[in-house]
Amino acid sequence: MVFYRGHLLICGGTGCVSSGCKDVIAAFQEELRKRKLDEEIKIVETGCHGFCEKGPLVIVYPEGVMYCRVEVKDVQEIVGEHLMKGRPVSRLFFTEPLSLDKVPKYQEIDFYRKQQRIALRNCGYIDPENFNEYLARGGYAALEKMLSEMTPEEVTHAVKAAGLRGRGGGGFPTGTKWEFCAKAAGAKKYIVCNADEGDPGAFMDRSLLEGDPHNILEGMMIAAYAIGADEGYLYIRAEYPLAIKRIQTAISQAEELGLLGKNILGSNFSLTLKIKEGAGAFVCGEETALIASIEGERGIPRSRPPFPAVKGLFGKPTVINNVETFANVPQIILYGADKFAAVGTERSKGTKVFALTGKLRNTGLVEVPMGITMREIIYEIGGGTFEGKKFKAVQIGGPSGGCLPENKLDLPIDYDSLIQAGAMMGSGGLVVMDDESCIVDVARYFLSFTRSESCGKCTPCREGTMRLLEILERICAGEGVPEDIAKMEKLAYSIKASALCGLGQTAPNPILSTLRHFRHEYEAHINDKKCPAGVCQALFYYRIDDHTCVGCTVCAKICPVGAISGERKQAHQLDMVKCIKCGVCVERCPFHAIVKE
Amino acid sequence: MNKLLTMEDLRALRKDALGEMTARQTCDIQVIVGMGTCGIAAGAREVVTELLKELQRRNIKNVSVTKTGCIGMCEREVLLDVVRPNEDRVTYGRVVPRDVSRIVGEHIVNGRVVEGLVVGRIAR
Ligand SMILES: Cc1cc2nc3c(=O)[nH]c(=O)nc-3n(C[C@H](O)[C@H](O)[C@H](O)COP(=O)(O)O)c2cc1C
Ligand code: SF4
Ligand code: SF4
Ligand code: SF4
Ligand code: FES
Ligand code: FES
Repeated sequence: MVFYRGHLLICGGTGCVSSGCKDVIAAFQEELRKRKLDEEIKIVETGCHGFCEKGPLVIVYPEGVMYCRVEVKDVQEIVGEHLMKGRPVSRLFFTEPLSLDKVPKYQEIDFYRKQQRIALRNCGYIDPENFNEYLARGGYAALEKMLSEMTPEEVTHAVKAAGLRGRGGGGFPTGTKWEFCAKAAGAKKYIVCNADEGDPGAFMDRSLLEGDPHNILEGMMIAAYAIGADEGYLYIRAEYPLAIKRIQTAISQAEELGLLGKNILGSNFSLTLKIKEGAGAFVCGEETALIASIEGERGIPRSRPPFPAVKGLFGKPTVINNVETFANVPQIILYGADKFAAVGTERSKGTKVFALTGKLRNTGLVEVPMGITMREIIYEIGGGTFEGKKFKAVQIGGPSGGCLPENKLDLPIDYDSLIQAGAMMGSGGLVVMDDESCIVDVARYFLSFTRSESCGKCTPCREGTMRLLEILERICAGEGVPEDIAKMEKLAYSIKASALCGLGQTAPNPILSTLRHFRHEYEAHINDKKCPAGVCQALFYYRIDDHTCVGCTVCAKICPVGAISGERKQAHQLDMVKCIKCGVCVERCPFHAIVKE
Repeated sequence: MNKLLTMEDLRALRKDALGEMTARQTCDIQVIVGMGTCGIAAGAREVVTELLKELQRRNIKNVSVTKTGCIGMCEREVLLDVVRPNEDRVTYGRVVPRDVSRIVGEHIVNGRVVEGLVVGRIAR
């Protein structure tokens, strides 16, 4: 073993790969070699830290100094100044968006300080391809404890007592699900990890798989032991090649060490795990469709009951859990149900990982205790909306969730409170909208998503989402009529009541929640033919203000369709018949003379 | 890798693995070496190399080694500071690789300052 005095953690997650971390890694290797520091400083490629927006991230230990948006040209300075001489390069520190303070230390940045990382605890901290690093962080200690001193019933009981609920969206109590399956008749059972993650904008499961793959495997091993399964699958969407590769590596390592296979650690417990790549249809995340897909059938849901816990994969009792659900399991076994249940609310225990995006300053993955308020997430972790922009709504739960307005910001969030407020935890997407986002347009976006992802098996969903989308498109085009609102509500409730699977049952949620909290925006579109946010193209026009225009001719030159005319030094005219509303003239007019109304 | 067969094997492997992660923990004891221009000229690199080897030989894991720039005592280089929790920060001067083993054995492990090499102390 070589003793390194420092570790250079460079993020190698998907987000940072796309912002160029591979070149940065190569440059560091080269520079360390050149300065003969390669035997003192070790480069560790980690998984995602959840702060991809500021990537590529580089963290220098033992100090814990974090550098943001590191480019190849910065490498020489970091090595020469920081690693050689111990003088951190402050220009690359993270800048706190509110106070504008430069913060050198990773743990002291508001974005991280206010989080509580249980599921993500190793993500960005270890090299996911190095088995020893997982081990050093207490990895497989839960497996060891379980096999030496716990019966399967005790494991299930601990998960039940911890109050863990499914992180895949529904929030079903995990221990109860395991208990059903353990009690189901039959000797052959399966464990399945749902890593389909189809919600637009969600990437928490991807980060967990990429950043800490052994943790997911350990969670699955524990579940398999509890229910009596000896075979399992990880259903991962094919668009996640890095996650697939990392899980494959982890499975091979575990097999080589005898942590997977027959008689694990000398016990009677045996398990084999396989990867099944999904083709990326949203509906395949639904558990019965997912089972059909693993069996080689088309991914179409079937009616339940029977539930998979009784009759699942290949007709055998099967437990399907989400990636993040499994990620929490080893901690529960290792530290006990009480410790886990100490975090969270009465009926929702532990933490939840959210993918925070939209119109706010810090975006990324955040893991927070259940019961935190939306205001804390958006303003304290996310740094709030941009300068001069007003918060309008937060969309939570993706295509099956809803939009919450300002007056719901102080609601402590958990599975139940969100449903009461007309939204849903879903898989944990959080999209912040400001006054430049149109609520009707957002509902239209999600409906067009669910409509195109509907599998078509049942009529309410196939036809109903189509009709809802048509109405929304009409409203956005300025052709809505007052009856549309009531019509949508009626249709929405009947789809919810009669669709076969969760996709159809929740598809109307984005409409219902926005009608509940933002009805006035629909009314503005329908009655006044106005889009208050200025997003719906059919509902706004451009006009050149004669008093402000100085006739500089800039706009006339750049308009791609020649819609602007006028003499030099004379006020110009904009012809709305020709204009395609590209907005370029508005941006480029040096005198802000072109107004949208 | 050998096939792990027993729980003991797993525990032993974890213990080894912990050593590889030391640099990522906040350590109780810090050693800081002056690496300004003259520090390097006076042989600070060699001192650091020796220090790392010594820590490894003794299997010491709760020590972090960092570097610092010029502190204005260039003629006393190589400068090496040892900070132990709740004790004064001790600065050693004119350190050569030969001194490293004494500093590690006496001060870092046993808490006895190597008085002969001390050039400064900062009360905590
Ligand atoms: C249309 C649809 C898509 C779904 N997509 C996912 C998904 O991508 N990932 C996931 O874990 N669960 C998804 N679910 C939920 C699963 O059906 C299932 O409830 C979940 O995997 C159970 O795991 P949990 O109890 O650990 O949450 C989806 C459900 C529906 C109806
Ligand atoms: S609700 Fe939609 S996605 Fe689900 S089975 Fe029916 S048509 Fe298919
Ligand atoms: S760019 Fe602005 S100021 Fe110049 S001609 Fe166009 S509208 Fe007038
Ligand atoms: S919005 Fe685009 S198309 Fe319309 S006038 Fe301006 S530049 Fe021309
Ligand atoms: S991929 Fe680097 S922080 Fe997410
Ligand atoms: S360079 Fe070392 S004290 Fe000046």
